[in-house]
Amino acid sequence: MSVLVHKDTRVLCQGFTGKQGTFHCQQALEYGTDVVGGVTPGKGGTRHLDRPVFDTVAEAMAAVQPDASVIYVPAPMAADAILEAAAAGIGLVVCITEGIPVADMLRVKALLPATTRLIGPNCPGIITPGECKIGIMPGPIHSRGVVGIVSRSGTLTYEAVAQTTAEGLGQTTCIGIGGDPVHGLGFIDALELFEADAATEAILLVGEIGGVEEEQAADYIRAHITKPVVAYIAGTTAPPGRRMGHAGAVIAGHLGTASGKKTALAQAGVTVVDSPARMGRAMAARMAR
Amino acid sequence: MRLHEYQAKALLAAHGIATPPGVVVTQAGEIDAALRKLAGTQCVVKAQIHAGARGKAGGVRVLAADEVADYAQGLLGTRLVTPQTTSDGLPVDRLLIEAPVAAVSELYVACALDRGAGARVLLAGKEGGMGIEEGAKPVAHVIDTVRGFSPYQGRALGRAIGLSGRAVAAFGDLTAALVRLATTLDAMLIEINPLMLREDGQFVAGDAKIEIDDNALFRQPALEAMRDGRQGDAKDEEARERGLQYIALDGDIGCLVNGAGLAMATMDLIAQAGGRPANFLDVGGGTTANKVAEALTLLAHDARVKVVLVNIFGGIVRCDLIAEGLLLAASGFGRPLPIVVRLVGTRETEGRQALADGGLLGDVTQSLEQAAALAVQRAQSS
Repeated sequence: MSVLVHKDTRVLCQGFTGKQGTFHCQQALEYGTDVVGGVTPGKGGTRHLDRPVFDTVAEAMAAVQPDASVIYVPAPMAADAILEAAAAGIGLVVCITEGIPVADMLRVKALLPATTRLIGPNCPGIITPGECKIGIMPGPIHSRGVVGIVSRSGTLTYEAVAQTTAEGLGQTTCIGIGGDPVHGLGFIDALELFEADAATEAILLVGEIGGVEEEQAADYIRAHITKPVVAYIAGTTAPPGRRMGHAGAVIAGHLGTASGKKTALAQAGVTVVDSPARMGRAMAARMAR
Repeated sequence: MRLHEYQAKALLAAHGIATPPGVVVTQAGEIDAALRKLAGTQCVVKAQIHAGARGKAGGVRVLAADEVADYAQGLLGTRLVTPQTTSDGLPVDRLLIEAPVAAVSELYVACALDRGAGARVLLAGKEGGMGIEEGAKPVAHVIDTVRGFSPYQGRALGRAIGLSGRAVAAFGDLTAALVRLATTLDAMLIEINPLMLREDGQFVAGDAKIEIDDNALFRQPALEAMRDGRQGDAKDEEARERGLQYIALDGDIGCLVNGAGLAMATMDLIAQAGGRPANFLDVGGGTTANKVAEALTLLAHDARVKVVLVNIFGGIVRCDLIAEGLLLAASGFGRPLPIVVRLVGTRETEGRQALADGGLLGDVTQSLEQAAALAVQRAQSS
């Protein structure tokens, strides 16, 4: 079992023939992901990576029935690509693109139908180890197992993955929700999915400064999560008012500090680690309890 | 990207929001002409820097016209330190000299981003000025992205904060213009504080703060041209031009990391080990050897940096290419600078071998915590 993606997930790629799309689809195919085709306007009817290319998502939908679409379209056109996938009826859209204007994401938020789940943007993607890799994460560090991982940061997700792999725990599914202030799937959605997934025995949450999603997640965990949760929050030493790389990682006034988030999570019964090097060990210890 | 007050006010004025008559001066010689143009007995002189709390720091004064020259000359060309700047302060390259506004009350109005709602939000408060953070919470109206914002909604907000008479209609028009402007400019924030209410029921923007979405600057060339690179750390600006995410901090351990989250985590680890990071630096999740070399050179040129901690989790990026970049830069420092490298992930063995073969002077480890501890040790012993 896993959440959202598995071995039978049929994946479409928007921005398929570009440099990013080509490289990461090659990697995904090598990993065993069922990439069924791609979309690049103007290149419909051709083939790329031995898969069909379509001009529009609607045409791809009719021909190859994808369950999910991954977007490597450049930032100025990415919001339009998300809306195109949703309009064609694709249930899961994973947007990797970094640097989408906030106003474009506000529009996506307002127009996205309830039938489409969006992951990202500005995220590494989603992976169910050994079954389906959608995104830019390195495949080999993952291993099948029992921990569900959800994170706002790419490379910190890889740390969490490598550490849980090293502890012999492995992962059910890893979801990068992205570093932008306005994004799709959030911590609470991921927590709900992992709680309902029989194979997931524990949840590792990796947050960072900015916004109030970790605090809201803490409230949700207290009320609805029965599985053990371990968390790390990056940015204890980040100065207020500065955007720390991610557009969403900024402390505004008293809101969004690491200490506020850690306290909220700890009060909800979450094991909060101060060191990013101890996520795996803390998870092993918590699960042994 | 932040704009100066004078730039923000020019944008407001161009979109129908009244601002006080004002003149920008960059040198003492321009002050007389500015005073003649304003032709009043009193002036407000305001230092133009990218930080708030200027008033508390002596950067804003109400003066008689004949006192302006002395004060202005003393302020131009200096660095102003306010509670919101670092101890180095920010350069005062321009002053905004304005005619004072006779206000019956001072309000607060802003159009900001509500991350939770995934929408813009209009904030209105009946008490503006410096007390906004301690005073009554402003009334919030979440804006429907598709339907937009109409003056009637602004009038309702005006009533909610106690406005009456002519001010109600004026507030509706002002807020609708504010939301339109935020959309047009791709602004993350437009804040008018204080918003001065005159006896005739009209509003004037006493101060204005605008922050533009960096991601949208590609389609806002006129705003990009308003960038004042001198209002940030010089290294911040240099890094931005090289496409690196860099923020100067006040410690002595330079950090070079791939990924924003891991870069923050590295700063946290250094602090836990008893050290102080000199910077935040994210070379990007999918970086190249050249970018790593440029980043390392940038840190080496910072005289405060006593040691560099390189923390790379090679995912898509290969560790042997990172090693190549480090060796490329390390040969040209021109000063002894210890490096601690934590290099793991794709082709990590080849990467560490390359560092050993290339004769990199430094410590190489696979452990995050050991890397941080070593960097702190090296910084303390140098």
